[in-house]
Amino acid sequence: MSSTLDAGSWQYRALNELNPGLDYLSLGLEDLVAAGAPVVAGTADLTYSNGLNRFQASHPDRFVQFGISEQHMVSAAAGMATAGTMPFVATFASFLGLLCCEQIRMDVAYTKLPVRLVGHHTGISLGFYGTSHHATEDISTMRAIAGLTVVSPADGPQLRAAIRASADWPEPIYFRISRGRDPQVYGDGVEFEFGKGIEHLRGTDVTIIACGILVHAALQAAERLAEEGVSVGVVDMPTVKPLDEDLVRDVAGRTGVIITAEEHNIIGGLGAAVAEVLAEHPGGARLFRHGIRDEYSLIAAPTRLYAHYRLDGPGLAEVVREQLEPRS
Amino acid sequence: MNDTPHGDAGTDPAEVVARLRDRATFIRTETVRLIEIAKVGHYSSVFSAAEILATLYYDVMHLTPERPDDPDRDRFTIGKGHAAVGMYPILADLGYYPMSALDTYAHLGSAFGDHPDMTKIPGIDFSSGSIGHALSNGIGMALAGRMEGRDFSVFVMLGDGEMQEGQVWEAAMSAAHHKLDRVVAIVDRNGFQLDGEVDDIIGIEPIAEKWRAFGWRVVEVDGHDVEAVRTVLREAKHREPDGVPTCVIARTSKGKGVAYMEEEPGWHLGYLAPQDAERAVAEIRNTKTKGADV
Repeated sequence: MSSTLDAGSWQYRALNELNPGLDYLSLGLEDLVAAGAPVVAGTADLTYSNGLNRFQASHPDRFVQFGISEQHMVSAAAGMATAGTMPFVATFASFLGLLCCEQIRMDVAYTKLPVRLVGHHTGISLGFYGTSHHATEDISTMRAIAGLTVVSPADGPQLRAAIRASADWPEPIYFRISRGRDPQVYGDGVEFEFGKGIEHLRGTDVTIIACGILVHAALQAAERLAEEGVSVGVVDMPTVKPLDEDLVRDVAGRTGVIITAEEHNIIGGLGAAVAEVLAEHPGGARLFRHGIRDEYSLIAAPTRLYAHYRLDGPGLAEVVREQLEPRS
Repeated sequence: MNDTPHGDAGTDPAEVVARLRDRATFIRTETVRLIEIAKVGHYSSVFSAAEILATLYYDVMHLTPERPDDPDRDRFTIGKGHAAVGMYPILADLGYYPMSALDTYAHLGSAFGDHPDMTKIPGIDFSSGSIGHALSNGIGMALAGRMEGRDFSVFVMLGDGEMQEGQVWEAAMSAAHHKLDRVVAIVDRNGFQLDGEVDDIIGIEPIAEKWRAFGWRVVEVDGHDVEAVRTVLREAKHREPDGVPTCVIARTSKGKGVAYMEEEPGWHLGYLAPQDAERAVAEIRNTKTKGADV
């Protein structure tokens, strides 16, 4: 029977063709394998969501399907790491960062094993799927785990670079990545250095420190505000832990206001990490943490949600304007 | 390959069994000695597992104390990690570290606490303490071992109460699916957990049928009968590969070796003041568990 499907129809297994951005996780792993790293990839019934189907096809002998058993997957990854491999295991960030928190603490971080945890579909990117699928606590929970590095790349190319760089990173890592159809900030071939922020723009009025998809929004906001005569600095802070404290203190000394931007609860996330630095090293800058303000996010299509929570370029520009208004 | 028992149990079956029984007694008496240092500990959890631990470490597993990180060594993970106090003397006895290291047991900053810590103790293949993770850890080892072309078996000891943890069944399902016939789960079926009898808390029977339904080969054994335990574990390790993992359900007695502990489940956690400890050790030394010469 020939297909009578409408041209606009799509199905799950065709996701990668629709969203080439989903390939970056696999591309990074393929880079590592090519460089001789003993990579093993695993997922919990989400190969098409995170694009690991590409790696599964290219390296079937280095791939494990765990099925819907996230906690088992994390503990098994730790076991795999004791036997000479470097496991990358991926599932929705909401499940990895909360459901598997204890397995991550005891089996991965306390043991100092080279396990790489990949939480994808961060923040509110799963939109109408609902609050269960929204990940607005994972930075907080993962950041509180001693010895765990937390990385939130801005886009696919930066994720790929971070994965390549992870070959030499001695600690276990939590990668927090979005959903693969995010606007790109970087081009292919970008480099990554753990623990280093990237100052895209130097501003004199305000500096936005962002991570994940908010980096793109921050650059958009800065462009708009520049037209209005506002000088906005933008820092991409992909390594939330260990935080680039020197850069935070540096920009705090140069601008009067710092605004952190993240698709995460402002409690415990990037904003909190920056606040901790400024609390111990007051540099004169006032801090405003922008994100989800300690609430459960609404459901809607992602674009609508980002607009509602002012986590897109126009919304973030509004937030900056408000923070720069004269304060009585 | 890897049939090189490091515990020097010998080759004559009767001698081996006598030696393993002697080592089980050693595990129990050392447990009493060490718990005296901490003034609190899990006597009966060790006592139910003593013959199994002795048989694994002194006869069945291929171990390399001179190279604790040997990639081809057999692995052991333990879900009932509070029995670690019974493992520490074995590892010292085998030469992973001097016996005197145990003098620091439970002291400030010691490597040796109530649960085993792989980051601090040579010979511990994986840390535990959080119940329900160990089978997953062992399955990960077996998966990686197969990928890396290594030839080792993984033995995982589970408490029977531990089977109440959901992750155990995630792991059980996974092992059979991935055809991990080098994984041997050993359920220490002593019948008790902290709050009482397992079957009163949350019943786990019929456990043999459950493991079989999850795709495992199940063997039941008297966990204090060294000869039987040895036969079962060696068969599990050396049988022809068929993709089926093995679950050994070891029927044991919690507190085995000290009569009043066998009768009173409260000894899951406790402390024996010096005179009682002396009496317990005397009883342990006089108790004859089943073996070739019984």
